[in-house]
Amino acid sequence: MINILPVFILLPLGAGFVMLLSHRIGRRLPAFICNAAVFFMMVMSFSLFFFRPVGSVMIFRTGCFPVIIGINLVLDGLSHLLLFTVNLVAFLIALYSVSYMARYTKKEKYYSLFMLMVAGMNGVILTGDLISLFIFMELAAISGSALVAFGTESEELEAAFKYLVMGSVASIFILFAMILLYSLTGTTNMADIAQSLPAGAYHAKMLISLLFLVGFGTKAAIIPFHAWLPDAHPAAPAPISAMLSGVLIKALGIYAIIRIFYNVLGMTNQLSNVFMVFGVLSLLIGVIMALGQWDFKRLLAYHSISQIGYILLGLGVATPLGVLGALFHLFNHAIFKPLLFLTAGSVEYATGTRQLKELGGLRQKMPVTANTSLIASLAISGIPPFNGFWSKLFIIIACIQAGRLWFALAAVIGSILTLSSFMKIQKYVFFGKLPARLRNTKESPWFMGTSMLTLALLCLVIGLLFPIFVSLIISPAVMSVAAGTGYAQLVLGGF
Amino acid sequence: MVMYLFCVLLLSIGIYCVAAKKNLIKIIIGLVIMEYSMNLLLVVVGYRKGGVDPIIDPSAANAVYVDPLAQMFALAMIVIGLATTIIMSAIAMRIYERYGTFDITKIGKLKG
Repeated sequence: MINILPVFILLPLGAGFVMLLSHRIGRRLPAFICNAAVFFMMVMSFSLFFFRPVGSVMIFRTGCFPVIIGINLVLDGLSHLLLFTVNLVAFLIALYSVSYMARYTKKEKYYSLFMLMVAGMNGVILTGDLISLFIFMELAAISGSALVAFGTESEELEAAFKYLVMGSVASIFILFAMILLYSLTGTTNMADIAQSLPAGAYHAKMLISLLFLVGFGTKAAIIPFHAWLPDAHPAAPAPISAMLSGVLIKALGIYAIIRIFYNVLGMTNQLSNVFMVFGVLSLLIGVIMALGQWDFKRLLAYHSISQIGYILLGLGVATPLGVLGALFHLFNHAIFKPLLFLTAGSVEYATGTRQLKELGGLRQKMPVTANTSLIASLAISGIPPFNGFWSKLFIIIACIQAGRLWFALAAVIGSILTLSSFMKIQKYVFFGKLPARLRNTKESPWFMGTSMLTLALLCLVIGLLFPIFVSLIISPAVMSVAAGTGYAQLVLGGF
Repeated sequence: MVMYLFCVLLLSIGIYCVAAKKNLIKIIIGLVIMEYSMNLLLVVVGYRKGGVDPIIDPSAANAVYVDPLAQMFALAMIVIGLATTIIMSAIAMRIYERYGTFDITKIGKLKG
């Protein structure tokens, strides 16, 4: 089989440029190209599960350079999980955008930036080289912040500026760490760095870890570095909020943290403690701050911080079950958080507001939105049989097995608080009395409905069939995380 | 050694500028200073004592070359920095159109 890995980067990049020209030919052409391209990538990333033997690594070499010198694209279990997640979510969001973006002007630019963001994320996930990781990360972050400012209202501009400043400072810290790593090992190939990292140099490694933690922690919005997220995510158009919260913070933040700390630098006990403490802080403070919000999307944005905390807690436990829970939760969060943002967008589309106090009783008027939102709320709060329950259960069990009872307790408390804050959303938006102003509310167009229904169905199906799903998709990813710095042998071994 | 310290000094000036200044344009300038400190660090890391340009010259067989990879990265970073600066200036201009000021204490609609 020919190696199709570059397609995941070149296709969205190409489509992004073709779109800017194509809207002169047909007004609807950019939306069509965007959907077709993302659909193709989703099918490809899924079909790769049948072509890539479990535990093996797929490598694309640019030019004829040997793996150790050239810039490679590497697909192992972890990358594959993220690649599938990103493209699946991107497709459903692109479908949703068709109706949602109808009221905006300059749609071709929206779709073009959307494709650039997807290209950046796919690049981050697939690349096996630190510097190209940095370049793709900047591509995704810059197009993401341009999309946050897409509506050009004052609120959106401020949020985008804040996001850009914090994102750029984080990028500079990451770059600093990369330069130090390069001067320590003389290479930028991640596998080669893992192999040739000198055994001593304790202080240098400490500084590098610290800089990476601050940089990628800001990209992932872990609690002390989270200030940009609650502004940037609500300000963007709803599909972009879904994209940012659902996959961008994971591809740029969590994936990079896993790859660098587990596979390149090697995990230590101190680091795992740091991860757990940051994880618990994020999950508690995020959810407590969410409780006090009255803006629908801002509330959801704080929950993103909290759920990232769960993922980080699972990663910090660092037992196979903990990592399994973390990666499963990463996938689940990428399903239900976009769904919640899409329902929030649907409510905003129909009523023109997202202040909880101005809404109410939309259940009869918008059945699809109300029911999908209910499913997503139950899934994120960890109610069986939805998918969020199992991943949270794995993380909590892993904490208990590792003897971290306080952390397990914090995770349970976080889950209960999550439930209460989503009950607030359900009460104020979908139940209760319908205000007179909203008598004529209609259900959103069917493009939006289809996308929301699909995501809700995924929540339920993955929750019911989780053993199959875990053994098929998550376990290979756990294997590649658990390989630790053995990643180097996996990548360089065959050459 | 002096050059490394100079890079760190530049970086600290940039961080101070981003953190303490109230003007949008000055914040952007602070970020540019930080980017340049990193570019300088890349070039310094790639330097070899007595090194010459990394172009292979048959007449000087045992010449020491500076590291071309680091210089290439510095070029890539300049391009990325350009993109960031452009989009930030564009947003700053739009903010100026809305509020008529660059002062962040006067334009704060958001909190938290």
